[in-house]
Amino acid sequence: MSHYAALLLAIPLLAAFAMPLFGLIGRRVRNTWAIIAMLATVAAALILVWEVLTQGTIVYAFGAVDQALTIPFDSGGVPIRILFVIDAMSAFMILTAAIMMSAATLYSISSESEQTGQDGYYALLFLLMAGIFGMVSTGDLFNFFVFLEINSLAGAALAAYRIKGGVAVEGGLKYAFISTVAGLFFLIAVGMLYGQYNSLNIAYIASVIDFTGLSLVAVVLMIVSLAMKSGSVPMHFWTPDTYSSAPSSITSLLIVSSMASLYAIFRIAFSLFGLTMNVVTVGWVIIILGILSMFIGVSMALPQKDVKRLMAYHSVSQIGYMLVGLGVGLAVLGDSQMMSQFGVVAMEGGIFHIINYALYKGLLFLIAGAVIYRCGTANLNDLGGLGHSMKWTMGFFIIAALAIAGIPPFNGFASKLMIYESVFIFNPFIAVIAMVVSIMTLASFVKVFHSIFMGPKLPQYEAVKEVPMPMLIGMGLLAVLIILFGLFPDLVVKTLVEPAALALIDRSGYIASVMGGI
Amino acid sequence: MIEEIPYLAVVLIAGIGIATILLKKNLIKMIMGLAIIEGAANLFLVTLGYREGGIAPIFTNNPGGEMVLPTVQAMTLTNIVIGFATSALLLAFAIMIYRRYGSVETKNIRRLRE
Repeated sequence: MSHYAALLLAIPLLAAFAMPLFGLIGRRVRNTWAIIAMLATVAAALILVWEVLTQGTIVYAFGAVDQALTIPFDSGGVPIRILFVIDAMSAFMILTAAIMMSAATLYSISSESEQTGQDGYYALLFLLMAGIFGMVSTGDLFNFFVFLEINSLAGAALAAYRIKGGVAVEGGLKYAFISTVAGLFFLIAVGMLYGQYNSLNIAYIASVIDFTGLSLVAVVLMIVSLAMKSGSVPMHFWTPDTYSSAPSSITSLLIVSSMASLYAIFRIAFSLFGLTMNVVTVGWVIIILGILSMFIGVSMALPQKDVKRLMAYHSVSQIGYMLVGLGVGLAVLGDSQMMSQFGVVAMEGGIFHIINYALYKGLLFLIAGAVIYRCGTANLNDLGGLGHSMKWTMGFFIIAALAIAGIPPFNGFASKLMIYESVFIFNPFIAVIAMVVSIMTLASFVKVFHSIFMGPKLPQYEAVKEVPMPMLIGMGLLAVLIILFGLFPDLVVKTLVEPAALALIDRSGYIASVMGGI
Repeated sequence: MIEEIPYLAVVLIAGIGIATILLKKNLIKMIMGLAIIEGAANLFLVTLGYREGGIAPIFTNNPGGEMVLPTVQAMTLTNIVIGFATSALLLAFAIMIYRRYGSVETKNIRRLRE
């Protein structure tokens, strides 16, 4: 029995709370500790993902004599411990989070090197990661709420970490407020389910669920609260403020935490309720949220002057693609013919887009951070001519911008194509909107590219140099993965994405992994 | 009917909390609204686990009879701790904003959008 599921949480938590102690010894020791802890966490995550992909779903019962023993003999057939259920979908999310964590930590080592309070910064960063890893691997609703709150508190504190005359605190305050309201709604919904089924375990509730009016209220509360947290329209107002005022390396991790909330929406819709609820209606609600996010996000992005605000609005628009892909899958869940015809492909597209989005959006925010690090401003009207001095950064920007616009051979194209072709069979209108949004995204990034990197060298940026090596390594890691995922999409889809999509669809398999064969 | 009064109270308290957040323009009052919703959530959880005439769920020297549910009480305790941390963080943000802007009225906290 391997303990990597527990280590995945234990290492970041230990790293976080030991960080101030190492900070007392010296900054070099602390930075080394941060990198070692990051490498250890990523290693545990990768081994865990490998185990899941080769051996199937892993169930880990905390505190049990045998961690695979989910239902003790004397409990009367009810799982009682805190369970981690890591199926292919969770493994996929863990992989995404691990990649982004390594890039953001490396980047922070030099981007934060001249700032104060780095001990707290790294401690919160590891707490944020512990929250994300917990959210995507837990099989228990209340446990999910606890990790959601760990993630929210650490995220809000980090977003406001560099006060910047108060503006960052505004962003952090909005994030903390929205996350807390979302968390409380989620908790009330959990209480409603507990009152009916006397358990908090997702698989157990799924095995006995009988969809009542109260469960409907619970599912609405859960989807609303998690959509709030993931930043989709109509609760998207916090995203531009928080993403633009947070430090750039943190923004790339806040994206991962919004992905973890998105994961929870689908875990609840597919694994917890599944066909017991009216999947067509819920599916369409998610699709409509997706279309609105896509369109409103991109049209708000076009007139922005601040590069990070612009990118933040694009992230609202990109979340729309995932909602549409997985919403289509949910809407046809009850129809096995439509499911095999295009539903699975739509879901694979949506899931594949999660990792692609995290990679290129994270890279874009890191690039914006690099530009701000050297030039001290994020205003597109003031920037210009950086292509002469920041060649690597410009190269990474071209890769990320083409990927977000869905141009081959980058990864955004691979997942967007899967969404277009499958959604087109479902409803051509949605696919057309998705393509129009993609073109508007391209237009917006051409503008950004032109105003930051093109043009003659400006006198006020004469002294600007390329950013230091750790930042380049962090960005380069993401850029290489973007190209690899774009060149070999079939391989990635076969090994990672398809098992994840099938794991979401296979509700009885999820139940059986905890409850034993039913 | 009498058993349903706590649930009505939950709805009422949550409604007051949401109204406070939406209608008040003062940051401190909005944070108080959030704490009120948290109170509603806690009351809801405790009510779920209450059994008429139930005793504390301790099995040692158990006199017999019905027990109240311990899980929801543990959840409530966790939520109280989390709520404390959130309120502390939000109030710290409010202090920060007051120091920088000299006001905690939401109409004055708009520097980010300019």
